[in-house]
Amino acid sequence: MSPRVVFPNKILPYLLLAPQLAITLVFFYWPASQALYQSMLREDPFGLKSQFVWFDNFARVLADPNYLNSVRVTAVFSIATAAVAMVTALLLAVMADKVIRGRGLYRTLMIWPYAVAPAIAGMLWLFLFNPSIGTLAYGLRWLGIAWNPLLDGGDAMVLVVAAASWKQISYNFLFFVAGLQAIPKTLIEAAAIDGAGPTKRFWTIVFPLLAPTTFFLLVVNTVYAFFDTFGIIHAVTGGGPGKATETLVYKVYNDGFVNLILGDSAAQSVILMVIVIALTAIQFRYVEKKVHYG
Amino acid sequence: MTESYPLRTFIGHAVLILGILIVAFPIYYTFVASTHSLQTILRPPLPLLPGDRFVENYSEALFGGVGRIGGVSVGTLLFNTTVMALGIALGKICISILSAYAIVFFRFPLRMTFFWLIFITLMLPVEVRILPTYKVMVDFGLIDTYAGLIIPIIASATATLLFRQFFLTIPGELVEAARVDGAGPFRFFKDILLPLSKTNIAALFVILFIYGWTQYLWPLLVTNRNDMNTIVIALRKMISFADADTEWHLVMVTCMLAIVPPILVVVLMQRWFVRGLVDTEK
Repeated sequence: MSPRVVFPNKILPYLLLAPQLAITLVFFYWPASQALYQSMLREDPFGLKSQFVWFDNFARVLADPNYLNSVRVTAVFSIATAAVAMVTALLLAVMADKVIRGRGLYRTLMIWPYAVAPAIAGMLWLFLFNPSIGTLAYGLRWLGIAWNPLLDGGDAMVLVVAAASWKQISYNFLFFVAGLQAIPKTLIEAAAIDGAGPTKRFWTIVFPLLAPTTFFLLVVNTVYAFFDTFGIIHAVTGGGPGKATETLVYKVYNDGFVNLILGDSAAQSVILMVIVIALTAIQFRYVEKKVHYG
Repeated sequence: MTESYPLRTFIGHAVLILGILIVAFPIYYTFVASTHSLQTILRPPLPLLPGDRFVENYSEALFGGVGRIGGVSVGTLLFNTTVMALGIALGKICISILSAYAIVFFRFPLRMTFFWLIFITLMLPVEVRILPTYKVMVDFGLIDTYAGLIIPIIASATATLLFRQFFLTIPGELVEAARVDGAGPFRFFKDILLPLSKTNIAALFVILFIYGWTQYLWPLLVTNRNDMNTIVIALRKMISFADADTEWHLVMVTCMLAIVPPILVVVLMQRWFVRGLVDTEK
């Protein structure tokens, strides 16, 4: 790349960067460094003395059955949410790619949930499936299905997964539609001439060519399920019943902000930090590749 | 063209309509519930069609104040949320466009260090540093203030990256021409760069407005007073599944008022919204 034409000012660029840098230092780096530091401290119960304990907090957190439960819950929740949201969106996108009339209208109607806050998505679903007043819960009871997300951990998990993936369908739909449109129609026509039916064409041509989109969405959906769904858990189940829906982010919040177990919470924060760094790294590595796919 | 059977097209439409029913039903049903009386809601199943309490319910929530959240009216909550969403969207855009401008159009020591400092904030969301951030907020006296709701989260690696990428595509000749004509950095920014960035700004605005409107953890940490809550946080306080005294008709009205503004933004600004989604994920 040729050297860019630039302005010669010496002070001005620092002034332009100052607001953003000030905010990142005060509200991002300072707290993050504090979290790192506190993750290696142990405070006595009265908060009077603290002792530097190196990785003791990490060792305790990682051996804590509650924490391991929360890891498992997060894994189940994330995989289920990403799978449901992506499979539904892919099916709808493939159908939208087929029809010609009404495509714009379908898209408009499909993008609503993106604008709904995750916590509200959770409340809407809980309203429908609440055992005492929910109309759909009433329907389930009428069908003879025992259903109570307020008491049964499995039911609660189904409910939060439904709400979380419902909200994410629009996003995935838009990206799958764009991905499908980018596949050259000539390839599909050639396969059709060679006698491949629609199902075979989908699995041998369309699906492999969608792989970059699918992988990208997988990362985005995982990040979403890990972090953005805090509102759903907090508003709908509060991690319950009996820790059945206590995800990692909810546990950090609950241990640190509500129960004030500082060292453990800080250690959990640092573990989450490592997870975000890994996910971001994967995302950006992938973006490099996306350039080649066009 | 590949083979086309009327049956396949029909199945396509049928599946899409089913999908839209699933996507739209919870929102539609919330609207239905918001137009019925509390007694009707408490006796499922709820009718599929709107009731006759639209005016009463909405005016009670908007102007009357809701008991469970200390008598604060939904109007106040909407105002708070609008301030927060607009503040975050505009703040992020301003601060990021300036940073990107500095990084692309100037050369100065530590330029790339600053760029990486901004970039790495992507890896430090609030969720991984809840308590220490809260402590900073308390130290600065930012709890229960609009500044506290907005300023700490307007740093934006995504927006800075986006503007930087866009600025890099602007040909050097343009800058040169502007300089030959005697335009300084301010003039160039105002008369050339800003007009060129209009589409990017619009696209980013839609995404960031939704982002600000749907924030949850941040307002949960930063607001205690009922009259400083955003609408989403207040909703959480209004609902209790344990006791029967949740005013469901008002909850449903509040839900509708919380989701209609961002839905309108997304639907009416659809073109920029889709563009913004694609851009911000690059």
